[in-house]
Amino acid sequence: MILTKAQYDEIAQCLVSVPPTRQSLRKLKQRFPSQSQATLLSIFSQEYQKHIKRTHAKHHTSEAIESYYQRYLNGVAKNGAAPVLLDLANEVDYAPSLMARLILERFLQEHEETPPSKSVINSMLRDPSQIPDGVLANQVYQCIVNDCCYGPLVDCIKHAIGHEHEVMLRDMLLEKNLSFLDEDQLRAKGYDKTPDFILQVPVVMLCPLAVEGHIIHWIESKASFGDECSHHAYLHDQFWSYWNRFGPGLVIYWYGFIQELDCNRERGILLKACFPTNIVTLCHSVA
Amino acid sequence: MAAVLESLLREEVSVAAVVRWIARSTQGSKDNPGEAAALSSLRPLRKEFVPFLLNFLREQSSRVLPQGPPTPAKASGASAALPGRPGGPPRGSRGARSQLFPPTEALSTAAESPVARRGGRRRVPGPARERGGRSLEEGVSVESLPGAGSRRLRGSGSPSRPSLTLSDPPNLSNLEEFPPVGSVPPGPTGTKPSRRINPTPVSEERSLSKPKTCFTSPPISCVPSSQPSALDTRPWGLGLPPGCRSLQEEREMLRKERSKQLQQSPTPTCPTPELGSPLLNWTGGLTDELADPARVSSRQRLELVALVYSSCIAENLVPNLFLELFFVFQLLTARRMVTAKDNDFELSPGALDSLESPLFQSIHDCVFFAVQVLECHFQVLSNLDKGTLKLLAENERLLCFSPALQGRLRAAYEGSVAKVSLVMPPSAQAVSFQPETDNRANFSSDRAFHTFKKQRDVFYEVLREWEDHHEEAGWDFEKGLGSRIRAMMGQLSAACSHSHFVRLFQKQLLQMCQSPGGAGGTVLGEAPDVLSMLGADKLGRLWRLQERLVTPQSSGGPCPPPTFPGCQGFFRDFILSASSFQFNQHLMDSLSLKIRELNGLTLPQHEPSDEDGESDVDWQGERRQFAVVLLSLRLLAKFLGFVAFLPYRGPEPPPTGELQDSILALRSQVPPVLDVRTLLQRGLQARRAVLTVPWLVEFLSFADHVVPLLDYYQGIFTLLLRLHRSLVLSQENERKMCFLNKLLLLAVLGWLFQIPTVPEDLFFLEEGPSDAFEMDIVAPEHGLDSMPVVDQQLLYTCCPYIGELRKLLALWVSGSSGRSGGFVRKITPTTTTTSSLGAQPPQTSQGLQAQLAQAFFHNQPPSLRRTVEFVAERIGSNCVKHIKATLVADLVRQVESLLQEQLVTQGEEGGDPAQLLEILYSRLCPHGAQALALGREFCQRKSPGAVRALLPEETPAAVLSSAENIAVGLATEKACAWLSANITALIRREVKAAVSRTLRAQGPEPAARGERRGCSRACEHHAPLPSHLISEIKDVLSLAVGPRDSDEGVSPEHLEQLVCQLGQTLQCRQFLCPPAEQHLAKCSVELASFLVADQIPILGPPAQHRLERGQARRLLHMLLSLWKEHFQGPVPLQLLLSPRNVGLLADTRPREWDLLLFLLRELVEKGLMGRMEIEACLGSLHQAQWPRDFAEELATLSNLLLAEPHLPEPQLRACELVQSNRGTVLAQS
Repeated sequence: MILTKAQYDEIAQCLVSVPPTRQSLRKLKQRFPSQSQATLLSIFSQEYQKHIKRTHAKHHTSEAIESYYQRYLNGVAKNGAAPVLLDLANEVDYAPSLMARLILERFLQEHEETPPSKSVINSMLRDPSQIPDGVLANQVYQCIVNDCCYGPLVDCIKHAIGHEHEVMLRDMLLEKNLSFLDEDQLRAKGYDKTPDFILQVPVVMLCPLAVEGHIIHWIESKASFGDECSHHAYLHDQFWSYWNRFGPGLVIYWYGFIQELDCNRERGILLKACFPTNIVTLCHSVA
Repeated sequence: MAAVLESLLREEVSVAAVVRWIARSTQGSKDNPGEAAALSSLRPLRKEFVPFLLNFLREQSSRVLPQGPPTPAKASGASAALPGRPGGPPRGSRGARSQLFPPTEALSTAAESPVARRGGRRRVPGPARERGGRSLEEGVSVESLPGAGSRRLRGSGSPSRPSLTLSDPPNLSNLEEFPPVGSVPPGPTGTKPSRRINPTPVSEERSLSKPKTCFTSPPISCVPSSQPSALDTRPWGLGLPPGCRSLQEEREMLRKERSKQLQQSPTPTCPTPELGSPLLNWTGGLTDELADPARVSSRQRLELVALVYSSCIAENLVPNLFLELFFVFQLLTARRMVTAKDNDFELSPGALDSLESPLFQSIHDCVFFAVQVLECHFQVLSNLDKGTLKLLAENERLLCFSPALQGRLRAAYEGSVAKVSLVMPPSAQAVSFQPETDNRANFSSDRAFHTFKKQRDVFYEVLREWEDHHEEAGWDFEKGLGSRIRAMMGQLSAACSHSHFVRLFQKQLLQMCQSPGGAGGTVLGEAPDVLSMLGADKLGRLWRLQERLVTPQSSGGPCPPPTFPGCQGFFRDFILSASSFQFNQHLMDSLSLKIRELNGLTLPQHEPSDEDGESDVDWQGERRQFAVVLLSLRLLAKFLGFVAFLPYRGPEPPPTGELQDSILALRSQVPPVLDVRTLLQRGLQARRAVLTVPWLVEFLSFADHVVPLLDYYQGIFTLLLRLHRSLVLSQENERKMCFLNKLLLLAVLGWLFQIPTVPEDLFFLEEGPSDAFEMDIVAPEHGLDSMPVVDQQLLYTCCPYIGELRKLLALWVSGSSGRSGGFVRKITPTTTTTSSLGAQPPQTSQGLQAQLAQAFFHNQPPSLRRTVEFVAERIGSNCVKHIKATLVADLVRQVESLLQEQLVTQGEEGGDPAQLLEILYSRLCPHGAQALALGREFCQRKSPGAVRALLPEETPAAVLSSAENIAVGLATEKACAWLSANITALIRREVKAAVSRTLRAQGPEPAARGERRGCSRACEHHAPLPSHLISEIKDVLSLAVGPRDSDEGVSPEHLEQLVCQLGQTLQCRQFLCPPAEQHLAKCSVELASFLVADQIPILGPPAQHRLERGQARRLLHMLLSLWKEHFQGPVPLQLLLSPRNVGLLADTRPREWDLLLFLLRELVEKGLMGRMEIEACLGSLHQAQWPRDFAEELATLSNLLLAEPHLPEPQLRACELVQSNRGTVLAQS
């Protein structure tokens, strides 16, 4: 699961302009059978998000919105049961969920006196039954269940994955008898930055082929693939901040990472794709 | 002056008399009248004798050097000091200095580099350089070579003289360290290469060409002058503009060049053709010229001068002990010199007793003289580090000239434990986050808290960037980081944020720079081991290797200027770049506070009669503690001095005349940033000079030129000078200062006296005879000064320049010259952390009891007191924490339940929160009174056990119980003091937090707070993960919604499996978080809707793409029981009747309503939905727009369901709903 930069680039190359649909994922799995599905999905999702971030602005000009809305209206006027919105999103290379949001916002602007608040829109996206227009509700719902990179369902899945891995990590720590403080405890104590776990007694992780080990004070669990973009953002927002406060620590990218990114070991930020097996605790026993 | 020396040589006066004469203003009565008479006539010149003597020796040693003709300037300068011309005007140091640097040269170099200029001025050497005719002929500038050795670079590059490396007498020509008065500056040739070679920028720390950048010449002056030299203006310590380092840069480059060449030809060719000696090899020993005791030319004369010289050193009449030792070592290790026949100085019997003939006529003379002096200073030598001792003991010349001294040194070496450890250099470590001082409660506002959060990260980002780049060529601190630092400082608006940041800054400073490795101090290694391991011939290579591996660290010769080596550079540059007045002020406040605190620290008192054998172990700890405190103090004081004097330092020459007077008048009004004079006085009185003086020296080393002229500081210098004079090493006294303590003080003071801003006449002007320095107070019996707190490790850490001695000797052994760093060493760094809770040691005294307790400790080992105080401190602190966790937490729980009641009785809002809080406070705060009782009980319970565990088993019972009682008392005092002051505030704070927490939780989702069941005990958590299930169900939903390919679909088995898995997941709660459960609930409802509408594409024979009704019912049944049994959160069942989901049915032909009816009935049956609820949902469905027929069917359904709760009809088709008589249907039910 730890990929070289070249391997990663090869995968990323295949993801250019691929819509975030079920079908695309299936094809990707066929193309790279040796990679785990979760890793591929994570890479796909992150690459797609990068793509959207780059192109987001052009879909949000008033001209673009107006043109999309008209196309939507024309489409559903012809056939309300056809996947008008989904096809439109795929055609203009935009995430279906985001397209749904765009059209919904536009629709509400037209039909309500006051401009819709964010929370109203979010709530309607979570539960399209609340959308006053039945056709639009169906269109929006279709976009959301067919989008594998954006939308409330995807957000929930990501959140759940993150939570599950934290729980797994906690179990592993308990199993290894390593006492720790978790995020909630840290927050309650008033820490301004909180990694997932701070070890109350630091451990040393031995590296194969290396004499010395790496001291670990804290562990952060990341249920995603560590690509350059996300890793650098995490370094800046989280990992260095943890180092600044708690010293060296370990980041686990459960879905792997680009090998070349593990270059701050000496500085005190260690990357792994699984829970380390060769841990030495203070009493010199190998866990 | 020469007259004195001459009369001495003629044995008219005794050495003792001369020394007494110099040292004391009043002549001793013991002097015989003849001597007294001879000397009294010379009395006005008394002050000038020592400078004269020192210059004379330098002069003499340079004279025998074979390198070219003496330069005119040098000669004229020297002539003033030479005997035979007593009438010649004595040249003051000013004169000498200015002459060392003629205006033209000064101007040209001043423009480029103040550093270089100053270095040049100080150490320029005139003679060697000028005499180095050979090198001049080659057009290469050979600066005279000091033992420390970075001088040969250029010479060795010349193919015509490959042997220069060795033929260059390393010590005797080292006039850069010891310039005689009146030597000349480097001629144009000397600086020419700088114009030819493209300089590469090198960081200051890396510069190994220290002898140039440092000032090592003793400020010897024949005529004291009260005006500081106009050239003494180098603003060291200030970041020099990038372009100003050309000289250093060149040297650095040349150094590299040289080391390259050394690698190319590791074995130099024979350097001494004149002597006809065989090829030299690198393997030490007497390589160049054998020094032979039998060939010493004028033994008696040398003995006499050596004696006078030694006496001056012993009486601390010379400014810098180690500088003199360095000189002597240079003489000892002189490689070779041209034999006398090259010179005119043939020995003539008549010249022996005068100064007409040169003192050193051969290498034999030099060595003889050196050994004579060393014999007098065996005690100092024996206290050097083991590596130096070994090199000394193995020195064959020493063996040859004084087997006795060699024997003593060998014995000293064998007995020495002054090992220097080799430790990895530390890497940056962040200051850890301490919730007690760093959490939100310590900030004035949320904004300040979050700003500081960001600043902490920016600070470390900057630090890391510095670490990465500061050694790169072309990287500039200001350019790289300046704007970011200033932007960050700009955000520190609140004063409280400044103090937080300064705290971080200071802690980080201590953490990174406290250890010598981090400070980049000179590194010393256990040379003997390395040598024996590798052999001396490999040493050179090892050194070069190490030069590349370890950050080169230069101590800058025997007398380096104050610098900010290693990480300290970061902090200095940070301060400079930040250029923030507020920051500097807060920093000074904080540094001063910390200095006061550390300086006032009670360091354990040593009991000489510690009979219980634990003293050894204890002293390790004591020393370490002392070292940590001392090093921290020095670091803090250095930065305090730097910041405090920053506004007054600049590149311009110090003011003179009226301008100076007005500046003095102004400056004398400014109170000192820290009252160092009082601290010094107190330190001296309390006999803690060994702690106070070293940091004070660091502080003063950054003073500007005006400072020494201010009354306030003059007082300090006077005290320091008296102290210096009083530290006579030979006076061993149990009650007075320990030897190494003295040595440390002599070293740091000697160093201070060489600092350019300290007027050089200061030292020789001081009249104070040593006896005058008597403490005018009753000193405590055992001050720190009388305790062996300083060891070699600390000495060398504080004064890395002492290590130059060892380098000199090692050079002699290896013949290698290319080294100025050493082995890395450090002592274990310890960060000082203060606990916020009751950081103050208990101060209150309860009269007699307190006195008794003091007395009790007095006769106990110091560890006992430390243990008791430690236990008290910790237990007291723990007590407070315990009360927080128990009593206060209980109160908070009470608050929560009270609040619940309140909310229940008063409805949702529970009234005005502020009012509510007040009610709660008034009910709860009285409970705070319990805290004191509980605290007492806690301390009573916990302290004795801790004391017992920490004291030796064998502690007598009475002592133990007393110790326990004292610990209990102290701990209680501490805890109760805190509690009584703070408990109410604490309770209020916690209650407030609890209330807002409760009110928040009260908000949107009361159901979420319902009791949640975990998984069963037997659960092994193997259920599918929630994320996986959501994802799977989402796939099914997306298939159902479409669009889909024709071959896409799900098998009925898969559907069933999915629902089963959902059940498992819901039963194992291990990985389930509330949002995931909510989504699972919603997805399952959606799935049910698709099942009801028969919209799920089923894989199978092409004809049959639909699920069998039975299967569908079974699945619905399973879902129903999941909703009923296993979901712990709410399930949005009303979605089943949302227009969108019911609308799914509208598209199916024929419409089949039976599954929906079945589902609705079951919902009612299982109590999942009430009839009313369903009715409401169905009612609202009518509002939507449906196809006419669909609306009718829907109406029928609702009527059916509502009217007949127990419909037996299992199959109900749309046709029936439409076609059958409504009346019939109703009648049937």
